Amino acid sequence: MFANFTGTAEYIASIELQEAVNVALALQRPLLVKGEPGTGKTLLAEAVAQSLDRPLFTWHVKSTSRAQDGLYVYDAVQRLHDSRFEDRDVDDIRQYIRFGGLGRAFINPDPSVVLIDEIDKADLEFPNDLLHELDRMSFTVLETGDVHRAAHRPLVIITSNNEKELPDAFLRRCIFHFIAFPDEELMARIVRVHHPDVRETLVQEAIARFYWLRTLPDLRKRPSTSELIDWIGALVKGGVDPEALADRVPYLGTLIKKEQDLDTLARFEARRRR
Amino acid sequence: MSVAAAGGRGETLFLDFFYLLRRAGLPVSSREWLTFVEALAKGLVAADLYRFYALARATLVKDEKHYDLFDQCFTHFFAGAKPPKAFEKALDQWLADPLPVPQLSEEELAALEQYDLDELRRMFEERMAEQNERHDGGSRWIGTGGTSPFGHSGQNPAGVRVGGSGGGRRAVQVAAKRRFREYRSDVVLETRQMSLALRKLRRLGRDGRRTEVDIDQTIDATARNAGDIDVVMAPPRENRLKVLLLMDVGGSMDPFARLVSRLFSAAHQASHFREFHAFYFHNCIYDKVYRDALMLDGMSTLEMMRWLQPETRVIVVGDAHMAPYELTATYGAIDYWQQNEITGLSWLQRVAAHFTHRAWLNPIAKRWWTHPTIDAISDVFPMFELTLEGLDDAVEHLAG
Repeated sequence: MFANFTGTAEYIASIELQEAVNVALALQRPLLVKGEPGTGKTLLAEAVAQSLDRPLFTWHVKSTSRAQDGLYVYDAVQRLHDSRFEDRDVDDIRQYIRFGGLGRAFINPDPSVVLIDEIDKADLEFPNDLLHELDRMSFTVLETGDVHRAAHRPLVIITSNNEKELPDAFLRRCIFHFIAFPDEELMARIVRVHHPDVRETLVQEAIARFYWLRTLPDLRKRPSTSELIDWIGALVKGGVDPEALADRVPYLGTLIKKEQDLDTLARFEARRRR
Repeated sequence: MSVAAAGGRGETLFLDFFYLLRRAGLPVSSREWLTFVEALAKGLVAADLYRFYALARATLVKDEKHYDLFDQCFTHFFAGAKPPKAFEKALDQWLADPLPVPQLSEEELAALEQYDLDELRRMFEERMAEQNERHDGGSRWIGTGGTSPFGHSGQNPAGVRVGGSGGGRRAVQVAAKRRFREYRSDVVLETRQMSLALRKLRRLGRDGRRTEVDIDQTIDATARNAGDIDVVMAPPRENRLKVLLLMDVGGSMDPFARLVSRLFSAAHQASHFREFHAFYFHNCIYDKVYRDALMLDGMSTLEMMRWLQPETRVIVVGDAHMAPYELTATYGAIDYWQQNEITGLSWLQRVAAHFTHRAWLNPIAKRWWTHPTIDAISDVFPMFELTLEGLDDAVEHLAG
């Protein structure tokens, strides 16, 4: 039967997300997670690792990353450098092989969780280069000829911010989940996790105000969950009266990060007052 | 419907569902179908239809823009419902960027006055049931700028204005809510989606600051240096593309102002271009282009061409819709102060001759491109629709 992921005390997962994780676990396929920034894509891997009691290996992809980097990097320059001195045995190539997140997960003798974070940051061909290793769950270190094969297939969680389209061949192998922006009910539960002691009226007023902000047309960057949580923290520290939220938005800088958006909001408010 | 019973026989029982998805235009491959069947065979889902829905979606759909279509198919297949009737929001989106109103003659107006309200309402419902995409112009479907009795910004004296708001959980109910409608690619063109399309516009090359170790060169240099290390640095791979955006503002472009401003912010945000320049013009490019939409800060078009290299990618956004003399006559410019001794068309040809890669994005739907000036301009600038698909094609054309 299925190992069951149902979220954790800190991480609240929708039924669709739970199901996606469980299918990925059962079928041993990579799970691709997309969603607006700030919807908890990266946190998901931590929550899954915690709830399954498995170690988590992470690999943060950068614009210069190559697929190979996630498996291992051969530090030729260090070896070359060491060759000038006598204190290390440069014949032992293995000490110059550094394993990446994916490589370490394959080597790990127990089942693990690997997070490949922001795969869309890298080159367009990057996901395709990974296919072979993800399918076979093994890789060869060319410099030493060592073959590393995963004893247990790790659960691979891949996040994407939608900056680039991913190749079809890659998508076909993945289980996919899109984290939709939480509705008000789910948002209230998420806020409760982070601010358990805050007065109910403040949470309700703040959430109402937050969703109102998000509905404004023409905002270049709409505030996200993590910004709401910071904002409520600021409201509590500042001792803001919930009633006051209906009229104005204190500490607006925690929610709106772009100057044009502040202008848009000011214009909107001015029109409303008239 | 008992899903649990389906377990091992899922292959045949749900095959109709697979073909329904394919017919609806979802790119579900047989590999994804097998994944889905494999999950069923592993004894998942039990009797919970909501979990079954989640399982099917996670295995069969790989892009949030298809969630909405999937939800509709799911509702249709498992609840026997027609694709849901709650179209109000989608309608609002179709109607958000209206086309200019066509001028109708007295006779045409009279011909449209024939319907009474009850008849209109009945026809409206029928068409809602049939129509499933945005529509501009024309005389039958619900949309903008046309002569159909339904929609807005159109001309029909007896018409019904569509707009405003209207009324509308377990699996089927959840699916029927159509929560993912806003992610459809054929309905809205958001800044984010545009930036995504623009990101494909790149050409990598090594240039600039040397910040990476070039291993091959280092080994080579070190060997020549009799084993004493000589590190050679190389510049990282970077996008070398330069982009010039020319935007038509004012007049007939006013209805599209919002769309164009979204494109501008998408291109402006796209930090991956080596250079990005934007200029405005009104109607057609003449001897000057402007750095601001109010057209106060001008630059001579010739100077712009001298300043920007031929390999700069040029994207022009405009409706290319004007009186023929504005394009082909000297002193034909719409603005009296723009005393052009050279015709607009010659200016466009000069710009086209200077830049090797260029595309014209037209916010008017392709089926309306029958105007003589649109024809003339598309001979000089390859023309694409300003939709996500058109933008993709334009980017592909420019990247080459």
